[in-house]
Amino acid sequence: MTQYEAVIGLEVHVELKTKTKIFCSCSTEFGKAPNSHVCPVCLGLPGVLPVLNKKVVEFGIRTGLALHADINRRNKFDRKNYYYPDLSKNFQTSQFDQPICEHGALTIDLENGEKKVIGITRAHMEEDAGKLVHNGNTISVSSGSLVDYNRVGVPLLEIVSEPDMRSAEEAKAYVDELKKIIQYIDVSDCKMEEGSLRVDANVSVRPIGQIDFGTRTETKNMNSFKALQRAIDYEIARQIETIESGGTIVQETRTWDDERGMTLSMRSKEEAHDYRYFPEPDLAPIVISEEWIEEVRRQLPELPQSRRSRLVLEDGLSLYDATVITDTLAMADFYDRVRMGIDDAKSIANLLMGDLSKSLNELGSSVDESNIDPAHVIELIRLMYDGTISGKIAKQVIPEMLKTGDMPKKIVEEKGLVQMSDEGALEAIVLSVLQENPQSVEDYKNGKDKAVGFLVGQVMKATKGKANPGLVNKLLKEKLSLN
Amino acid sequence: MSISKKDVEHVALLARLALTEEEKVLYTEELNAVLGFMDTLNQLDTSEIEPTTHVLDIKNVFRDDEVAPSMDPSQVVINAPAKKGNQFRVPKIM
Amino acid sequence: MKFHEMTAHELSALMQQGQVSAEEITRDHIKHVEQVEPSVCSMVSKTESIALDRAKEIDQKRASGEVLSPLAGIPMGIKDNISTKGVRTTCSAKMLENYIPTYDAHVMEKLHEAGGVMLGKLNMDEFAMGSSTENSRFFTTKNPWDLSCVPGGSSGGPAACVSAGEVVFSLGSDTGGSIRQPASLCGLVGLKPTYGRVSRYGLIAFASSLDQIGPFTKDVEDAALVMETIAGYDRRDSTSADVAVPRYRDYLNQDIKGMRIGVPREYFAEGLEETTVSLVKQAIKKFEDLGAIVEEISMPYTAYALAVYYIIAPAECSSNLARFDGVRYGYRDETAEDIFSMYTKTRAEGFGHEVKKRIMLGTYALSSGYYDAYYKKAQQVRTLIKQDFDRAFETYDLLLTPTAIGPAFKFGEKSQDPLSMYLSDICTVTINLAGVPALSMPCGFVNGLPVGLQLVAAPFAEGTIFKAAHAYEQATEFHKKRPVLEV
Repeated sequence: MTQYEAVIGLEVHVELKTKTKIFCSCSTEFGKAPNSHVCPVCLGLPGVLPVLNKKVVEFGIRTGLALHADINRRNKFDRKNYYYPDLSKNFQTSQFDQPICEHGALTIDLENGEKKVIGITRAHMEEDAGKLVHNGNTISVSSGSLVDYNRVGVPLLEIVSEPDMRSAEEAKAYVDELKKIIQYIDVSDCKMEEGSLRVDANVSVRPIGQIDFGTRTETKNMNSFKALQRAIDYEIARQIETIESGGTIVQETRTWDDERGMTLSMRSKEEAHDYRYFPEPDLAPIVISEEWIEEVRRQLPELPQSRRSRLVLEDGLSLYDATVITDTLAMADFYDRVRMGIDDAKSIANLLMGDLSKSLNELGSSVDESNIDPAHVIELIRLMYDGTISGKIAKQVIPEMLKTGDMPKKIVEEKGLVQMSDEGALEAIVLSVLQENPQSVEDYKNGKDKAVGFLVGQVMKATKGKANPGLVNKLLKEKLSLN
Repeated sequence: MSISKKDVEHVALLARLALTEEEKVLYTEELNAVLGFMDTLNQLDTSEIEPTTHVLDIKNVFRDDEVAPSMDPSQVVINAPAKKGNQFRVPKIM
Repeated sequence: MKFHEMTAHELSALMQQGQVSAEEITRDHIKHVEQVEPSVCSMVSKTESIALDRAKEIDQKRASGEVLSPLAGIPMGIKDNISTKGVRTTCSAKMLENYIPTYDAHVMEKLHEAGGVMLGKLNMDEFAMGSSTENSRFFTTKNPWDLSCVPGGSSGGPAACVSAGEVVFSLGSDTGGSIRQPASLCGLVGLKPTYGRVSRYGLIAFASSLDQIGPFTKDVEDAALVMETIAGYDRRDSTSADVAVPRYRDYLNQDIKGMRIGVPREYFAEGLEETTVSLVKQAIKKFEDLGAIVEEISMPYTAYALAVYYIIAPAECSSNLARFDGVRYGYRDETAEDIFSMYTKTRAEGFGHEVKKRIMLGTYALSSGYYDAYYKKAQQVRTLIKQDFDRAFETYDLLLTPTAIGPAFKFGEKSQDPLSMYLSDICTVTINLAGVPALSMPCGFVNGLPVGLQLVAAPFAEGTIFKAAHAYEQATEFHKKRPVLEV
């Protein structure tokens, strides 16, 4: 039987987080009352003209640099002409043959530990369309629609990959990494559910060994990472099945139906794909100077891939830990700053990924939005090092620290959470615990080492968790071996 | 180059114009007359010539990213042929 | 002399001297409109009551000692493709028959500031596509010099309106000659400014890279006055030029001795009427008498201008007019049950024949497989045409050509033959392709019908045009003639 491989290329639209739209001064704020963020320009009233938001170009350059792309020193806008009621002018102002960025790449980490470079063909600036609300449940059974143009003119960057991916997992890894980069450079929120990150997948299949690409389809309307993977997997299976049963793949646009778990053809008889691009006469060309590029480059943060490598190679963290720590720029930066005060990467990683993340999650907060600075964590780890508190006490200190913003030392002192390290006092408690639990002592003697754990727990309980765990262990073992 | 009635139908579809049979015939004739006239341009070798989109040498015309007030939502639909609240109403799409 | 026969600078002087009020001038014009409008038919909408309020406001301001613009209190008319807040703006199209803009065009803001008094919105060829105003979806406008003749187009309303004395000046738009040709046919001064000199914000676009707004006036001084008011940078138009606006009146009453004027021979090509040629030649003689050095020159790419124009303008128009789809404003076919048929029926019914033809032509020129052969080719030849002008202005201060191939023609005379209508734009379209400024002014009469000459200058050299035009005007009597309308 023929073995097939999939060929996947992705078109990712990210909504740029500018304050205003790309060609007018209306706010880009999400979720407002219908048609409350429109003006003559974005509404396409007769006689209006666009004026380009400089920030959009800056974000385009920043993204291009982060994706190792060439920034086209001269680029321009074009009109893409097609009719749809969510467009207010029946053309979309976009970039056709001279996009702002070309020839980029990003690296993904594969599950087998290898790295793979995915080429980025281009990234171009364009305007978003409005929103249609259909009467009835879906567009196909609807008797009509209402149009809200709030989103029309929100700036988008469309990032087009090379057909370099071979599985849904690789596609997910690509979008994941791209999203991370975009968030790092702070040009978009990348919220897939709100539509500020949208992915269209070009999928084809070919027999393994064949050089030519098969006919591809473009699938739209995946609203989550899970949907993206499912849609690609479905499309691969559908295409293989079609070919195996003697059919041919039609080049077309398909839509993902999440409920039914399948892609559906979007073709209609009116659809004639001829966008009649031509240079936008109402907008001036963009000429980007070396100075401008350098200025943007200086503001770029260290990117996720490079951070991950540094944390693995220099700090000795596992790839998993490094990936988690660098998931957001805020956490990665936080780590680096704590790292300047503490020479133990693993302890920092454990704390940040463990107790701190847990407490932050409970608060629905993140490290950059919280009450604490790296200084808090540095002090906390030092208190653990010098034996003032145990890991267990740290678990109590962290939520309090996040709640009040107080320094750990202050919390420990005020709450009386200092670790009990007085050997004499602990010895008395250990002896009384042994007396109260003769069965456990017996178990220990019969070779059940686990019994120690239980006894440690009892001592901790008696000291309200303040006993120095190392000391308790040591004392217990001494007393048990004496018995 | 000459244009057929079928071309006219395709162009009318792209331009979203419903044409009668008579109009299709008429536009085929008229467009051919004008397009024939355009062929004079083929006398010129322009392979080395840059196209002109803007007669003025303009570049980098930008606005700052500062919010200005939008329209009063009730004004948005004031000229709309069909509306519901402050939204435009259109017939079914598929 | 009657008020409605006077120029803006004459009326302004009278108002400043306290001899007449803005209200009196406005009432006089309104009365004159009532008398002649039924035969001229230049106005799509009349705005008398707003006009009277404006005029009274101006009188109060003047009474309180405010220093006012020379255009304060002057009756004006505006082509109906310029957005006027709260006043219906139709483009003489069924598509926009009931469209009331929610915003003012940049030029309207400027004119309101100056105190201009708008009496009405003026008829035109539908969406500015035509050369006779016969393509208006509402009615045809008559040439005040001969009511059986066209006023020219597409700004036929603005030309006829000023010529008939209904308003003192008007604004038109010029994409391929739509100001200069009707100015020529109606015996007026009409200026197409340098591309970018006047903001297009609020001008309902026909062809974005060619469109400019400009004035129709009874003489050169008025044209300078209006330009001082409407020209200048506008941050809402990315193609508007950030170039200082001179005081154009400073160019009036100047000696033109030694001015170098080129006369491109390609503009005297086949099709140009003999009578026009001879009047333009007399004008050339007059310029020489005034001390100008006039030489024949060659601009070899002129011959290709019409073909280039009739690709670029329809292509841009096909995209600019896509927004008229029955969703947000304008006409809509109410019978359609789905969006596709709503679009196609709305546009089929809402647009007239000529507009649809140009949309079709432009759509074809941009469509897959033809872009390089038509649109890109046209833009490349446009470069060559522009270079013709760059070269000419290295040596010459001005170019002098006829404006139109002849005087006003009869209704229906050319509308039967569409290509001959296109060919009548031969002297004007080249100017829009090059983006340079050009002015048409009367240079004589043929059987009682005015004929115009065209003065062309380098980009932003409108001052040079005014200098030469004023010198010629002061040495001739043509601008003093007014059509006689039987009322």
